Formats: sequence, C-alpha cells, structure tokens
Amino acid sequence: MIGRLFSFRGGIKPAAHKEESAGAAIVAAPLPAQLVVPLRQSIRATARCLVAPGQRVLKGERIGAADGPLGTAVHAPTSGTVVEIAPRPMAHPSGLDTRCVIIAPDGEDRWIEHQPFDHRAAGRDATLAHLRDCGIVGLGGATFPSHVKLGRGKGVETLILNGAECEPWITCDDRLMRERAADILAGAAVLRELIGAQRLIVGIEDNKPEAIAAMRAAAGSEAEVVAVPALYPAGGEKQLIRVLTGIEIPYGKLGGDFGVQCFNVGTAHAVYRAIAHGEPLVSRVVTLTGSVARPGNYEVAIGTPIQDLLSLAQPAGDTDRYLMGGPMMGFALPRLDVPVVKATNCVIAASPALFPPPPPEQPCIRCGECARACPAELQPFELYWFGRARNFGKAQEYHLFDCIECGCCAYVCPAHIPLVDYFRFSKGEIWARERDKDAADAARERFEFRNFRQEREKAEKAARLAAKAAETRSKLAEEAPAAGDAPAADDAKKALIAAALARAKAQKDTVEVRNTDNLSPAVQAEIAAVEARRKAALETGAAPVATPDNES
Amino acid sequence: MMHSPYIRRPASVQRVMLTVLAALLPGIALYVWQIGPGILVNLAIASVAALAGEAAILALRRKPAAAALSDGSALVTAWLVALCFPPIVPWWLTTLAVLIAVMGAKHLYGGLGQNPFNPAMAAYCTMIVAYPALMSQWPAAGQLDFATQLQLILGGTREIDAVTGATALDTLRTGLRAPEASVASVRALDAFGFAGGRGWEWVAAGYFIGGVVLLATRTITWHLPVGFLAALALISGAFWLADPVRFASPLFHLASGGAMLGAFFIVTDPVSAATTPRGKLVFAAGVACIAWLIRNFGAYPEGIAFGVLLMNMCVPLIDMKTQPRVFGHRGGRPS
Ligand code: SF4
Ligand code: SF4
Repeated sequence: MIGRLFSFRGGIKPAAHKEESAGAAIVAAPLPAQLVVPLRQSIRATARCLVAPGQRVLKGERIGAADGPLGTAVHAPTSGTVVEIAPRPMAHPSGLDTRCVIIAPDGEDRWIEHQPFDHRAAGRDATLAHLRDCGIVGLGGATFPSHVKLGRGKGVETLILNGAECEPWITCDDRLMRERAADILAGAAVLRELIGAQRLIVGIEDNKPEAIAAMRAAAGSEAEVVAVPALYPAGGEKQLIRVLTGIEIPYGKLGGDFGVQCFNVGTAHAVYRAIAHGEPLVSRVVTLTGSVARPGNYEVAIGTPIQDLLSLAQPAGDTDRYLMGGPMMGFALPRLDVPVVKATNCVIAASPALFPPPPPEQPCIRCGECARACPAELQPFELYWFGRARNFGKAQEYHLFDCIECGCCAYVCPAHIPLVDYFRFSKGEIWARERDKDAADAARERFEFRNFRQEREKAEKAARLAAKAAETRSKLAEEAPAAGDAPAADDAKKALIAAALARAKAQKDTVEVRNTDNLSPAVQAEIAAVEARRKAALETGAAPVATPDNES
Repeated sequence: MMHSPYIRRPASVQRVMLTVLAALLPGIALYVWQIGPGILVNLAIASVAALAGEAAILALRRKPAAAALSDGSALVTAWLVALCFPPIVPWWLTTLAVLIAVMGAKHLYGGLGQNPFNPAMAAYCTMIVAYPALMSQWPAAGQLDFATQLQLILGGTREIDAVTGATALDTLRTGLRAPEASVASVRALDAFGFAGGRGWEWVAAGYFIGGVVLLATRTITWHLPVGFLAALALISGAFWLADPVRFASPLFHLASGGAMLGAFFIVTDPVSAATTPRGKLVFAAGVACIAWLIRNFGAYPEGIAFGVLLMNMCVPLIDMKTQPRVFGHRGGRPS
C-alpha cells in the first residue's frame, strides 16, 4: 500500500456542488432527431470520411478512419442514414465549424457485428491499432488519443487511474466509478498490461466516499485505491501524479518520461468496452446540472446536440448561459446546437445567482494570494504585470507556458483581476508573433529567391547574348575571307572575346550551381520549372531576343 | 464575453484593508489607555486628510473616485502615519504628512498598487528630516493629560520641549554618549518601562496581538514579520552578548519604538515589499538591520522608516533574484 501522500503547493477549495447530481444514477439519454458527429474528435487530428450522404450505417460502424499518427477512428453512434456531410459549429469558445457526419437515427439502435478482442493473442501493436480504430481517446477532457499515450510500452512502472474529478459540479466519473467499478478496473488491467506497469494506483478525491468504496471492493488487491484530499486541481494529471507518487512532471514532459502514466477512469471504461466487447466509443457519460430542476448523469450518444439534452434536466427560468465543463476551466457555449463530443463531461446551466458576474477589476496590490494558490508555483501577478506591459518575452521567462489555466489565481484574487484571461491573451500574442515571424521569414525567403532568380536570369541572358554575338562574329570572320579580305588581327580579337565570354558563362554556371545547392527541394523544383519554361520559350522562338548586338 | 473561472472567492481589496484596520484596534486601545486619547484626534485628522487628499488627486487625475475611495487603502495609510508619529504633533504636521503620503508617494506613482515606496514611511522620513524636533518628542505613559495633548495637537505649538522628553530609544542613544554611561544606568531613567519606553511596551503588545490576527486571517504571511523580528533580535542579540554595557538587549529593541508596528503593519505593506517567500525574508531582514544601525549609530531616534525606504529600492532586484522554482523545474530563477 501507498506509504504517504505528497502534496502539491497551492490549490483552492471552492464549494463542490457535487451533491446536486451525485445521487442521480446514469441513465441513457434518448436519441435526438439528428446526430451531428464531428470527424474531428481529438483536437489534434481529423478522421478521413468513409461514408456518403444517403448511406445507411449501423451503430458502431466506422464513418471516419484514423488519419495521421494522432488520428483515431470515428463511428456512427446509432443505426440510421447519413443525411449530410457538412461543416457545423462546435462546442468551442470560438464557435468554429468542423466537418461533421449528420445521421438521422432509424430508432432501432442496431449494432454492427462486433466481438471481444483477444489482446493477448493479438499482441501490443495490434491492440493499439484496435483501440485507435475503436476511437478511444482520453475522456478526462483533453481527448488525447489513448493508443499514442500507451505508445512506448516500457519504462513505465506505475499506472495511475484518475478518478479525482476535482472541478465543482461534475459527477460523471463519480457515478461511473460507483456503478461500473469492475469494468473500469478490467479496462485498467488492459492498460496496465499494455504499458507494462508494475502497479496500479487509483486516485479519488475524498469527497466521493461511495466511489472509493465501490472501487476498493472491485479492486481487491489488484490496485491501490487512494483517497486524495479534495483540493482543486487535484485532478490535474500532473497534480495527481505529484500527490500519489511525489514525482513532478515539468511543462512539456510526459508522465511516461518519469515512469508514470495516467488515464481517466472513463477512458479505462471505454478501453474495457473495446476489448471485452469490441465496442467502439460511441457514447459517454455527461453530467447535466446547475440551475436545473432535475440534475443528473446521462449516457449520451456522441453527436447529440446539447439543446436536445437540456430538456432532460429542465433548466430554470433564470438560466442565462450554459457552461461546458466545470466552472473553473469550462467555457460558456456560444450556441446550443453544438454536439456532445468525447470531451463533453458536463453541461451546467448557469444563472446569475449561481455564478454572479465578478465585481469590477481593481488594481493589483501585489498581495501574493495568486502565487500562494497557483499549483504550478508561478508568480501570476508578475505574469500579469508583464502581460499588461506587453512584455511577453519576460512573461515567457517567468514560465508563462507552465500555466495550466486552472483559474486558481483568478479565483482568489482580491482585486478581481481576470488573471487567466491575461495569460490566455499573452499566450495568444506570443503564438501570433511566432506565426507572424514564420510568415515573415517565408515571405522574405520568397522575396530573396525572386531577386536571386531575376539576377540570375539577367546574367544568363547577357552571357547568352554575348555568346551569340561572338558566334555571329566568328561566322562573319569565317565568311569574310571568302567575301573579301578581313584583317586577321580582327579575327583573333573576336576569338579571344568569345573565349573570354565562354569562360565567364562557365564560371557563372558553376556559381549558380553552388547557390542552388542548399535550397529546399520545393525551391529547387521551382527553379527547375522556371528553367524549363524559359528553355521552352527559347526553343519555340516565342521570346525573340532583341539586343543592340543584333541591330548593329 | 466572460471567461473561466466563473466562480470567485468572496474576497476584495476592501476586505483586506478593513482587516488591517481592525487588526490595529488592539494597539490603538492600549495606546489610548497608556498614553491618552490624543491619538484618536490624530487618527481622525489623518483619516479626513487622507480621504480629502485622495478625492482631490483623483479629481485631478480625472479618475472615478468612488471605487478608489472605498477600497480603504487611504485609511490604512492615514492610520499608519498617525500611529508612527508622536501623539502630540500639531494637526498641520499630520495633515501635511498624510497628503504627502497619499498624493505624493502613492498617486504620483500611479495610485494603488503602483507605488514603489511605502507611502506612510515616505511621509515619516520627509517629516523627520523637515521637523526633527517636533518628530522626536514622545510622551511617556501618564506624562500628559488629554487636555494638554489636545492643546498641543490643535494649538499647533512648536514649543514642546518643555513638556516632554525623547523616546526611550533616543534617550538611550544620547545617554550612552556620556562617559561612564552604560545601558543599565541609562535605562534606570524615568523614560523606561519594564521592556521598552514606559507605557509604549503595552502599545507594542497591542500591535503584536493585531499581528497575530493578521496571520490568523491569512491577510499576511509569516515571512515578513518573522524575518524582521528575527533579524532584529539576532543582530541586537549578537552585539548585546558581545558588549552588554554599550548595546541594549534584544528584548528592549523588540519592545521599543516602532518594532512591532513595523513588523506586522509596515514591512508587510504588500505593494512596496518584496513578494517572493525568500525575497520577503531578505527584505524584512534588511529593514531590521538598517533600523538597528540607525538606532545605534544614526542621527534619528528610529530607523525603521529609512530601512523600509532603502529596502523598497532593492525590491525589484530582490524579487528577481529570489524567484521560487516552478512546479517541475529545477533551479529557482527564470531561465
Ligand atoms: S492576488 Fe490579485 S491583487 Fe493579489 S498579487 Fe495576485 S493579482 Fe495582485
Ligand atoms: S491559471 Fe496558471 S497562473 Fe493561475 S493558478 Fe493556474 S497555473 Fe497558476
């Protein structure tokens, strides 16, 4: 058993508001009239569409194939007909569109044929491919493809199952652990084999005693189920790893580099369904809570428009907006026709009574409360001052990018400064500058290359003309003796000139070759194309060259 | 659009300032009991001057006045000015000092949160340089009745040498200049009580209680007061052990002058002090050492104000050099 718990610095204890929905068992949400299934289910990759409008699909049928190393497959959440494939707005603060397969359910909910997957017989690589093709991604909210996270398969000693669920209001993982503990642990066992971990630790915040009891009962001696202190953000992957193992994983590093790997309990459950039943991930548990008459937890088909879900919970009249995720890190939905995706863990009906607008911003008094609350051990007020002064370089030096945007600093600030917004702004500015710089570099390269090409073409033209002139002269010189008497000295001079010009041309050619040596293949291809065009033009005589030499 | 987090802890700058004012009350109560109610008059004068000054400069700067006036920061400055000045300074001196603190040291640098120097200490230093005699007259317990105090404050008289002596610290420093004098012989004088200046030890105890309140309410962290008191005790203790005839004991230093007020209410000014945990210790220890040096060898009766201002100047450097390590990173400083 685990000897002791470690602690991370900082953290806050906001009112948990779990009791509203924690008592409600998971029930299946009814299917909507239309499912909008985004082909992009993990932030980093889009799936290749495999279906066409009009096509009939079965539940679990693959409608999008994994594309690229971070891709995962996408499946039809129920049986029905593909109505349309079109861009639709997403549950994202920006309300951006993404390509979606729109399915009209036929109401039969008929599964595609599927059977258990023998991961031991299949071996590691085939199992990872199977998980990818089942569309398994992290269900804690980051939707990172699980097969990628499981990737290396050695050097990882500890598997951590994240059941901390530290954001206020959210109870989907809590319910899942209470109701399906054995399945979760069976999934965890598969994960553990895949990464070759010696031990399995389940971390659950101590405000979920039923979940802890259920998981303990199901785990037996297979796993250590540890109650961690309820302190937001204990469920942050790095914070949980720190609490359970004492290991601190810096920004930009993965748990695997330090011998630990962390998966959400929902992900372990999805892995179990994929292995034990061969079922792809087509639904997830979503908590509906907040200012509603009937808070609850629902098993929701991916692609269900959020507005179809809301009626289940009956939002109160004072609801003024809806949050996806928790109040600490979630965001207000820009519209309600967006679909539930694999990252959707919670929808909160927000009212001014529950989430009053923050009092007006006051000047920072450098009290340091924010620094005391920061789990990344940053000095948020310094980052804030640097951000305000647009001194982004300094902000980066003070580890701006270590900020996990957990919101603890803004939560405690007595001056009500929306610190996280300042950090998002600074990060955005830095990214924009990087992009601008890249674009400027590319533009400069293009410009320099154009100059180079023009110069070269001019030089080539001059050399060519000179050579031609020399040729004409030497021809004339040859013809001259026949036509009459031309001074031999003249001939000799012309020959000398011709030789000199030829030398110059040869030299230029070698110089050119050297200059193009270091160019990228794309640029070289462009040069080749230009050359070809120029040659073609010369050969067809489309570009007759008029020069003073010719006229003379 | 409003962004996450959507919930906030019920906290405000105003609440912080009101907590500080409340924590000053035990010290003020003991002040009234031991020295007399004249201090209440001073506090009132300072408060009115601070609010009027703040309102005036906000109007000059064309800034909305309501929010800034109600944040309580001007009152904190006013009270600290009143409490660190002798209780019998004339009203115009208090008023002038508060205006310098609020309009000069605070608003000329951009207002709340922007001032590099502690406003109350900037005012103190200005005044002790400008009016050294008026600023050095401290009554001991029971020395002046309320009527006399009131007369001195409101009458604006500048001839007060006749009615009061100097502080314990001052008496000790000047007393020790005499040949054959020792700490023991000087301390036998009337100005001294059981620990510091007579009566003033009680006031210091009141500030200590207030400091505990500030720590308990998490309004301040332990670093600044502990750093200050520990450094003061260490340096005075070392010299006292080496030469008890020439140097007063740590207890005397801790109980005298502005040590307790300074430790819990002045070096802890968040705006102008260092902000990192290690930086706070460095900052507070620096103030303590400068204060001790001035107390023993300087020309002024108390050195905390100069210590604070001098260390204020070092804050950017201290903060830069003491950045704590970031989660998961080795080494402390920004790379
Ligand atoms: S908590 Fe707010 S007021 Fe305090 S230092 Fe941080 S940003 Fe400034
Ligand atoms: S949002 Fe960033 S700076 Fe603020 S507490 Fe969280 S990690 Fe620290």
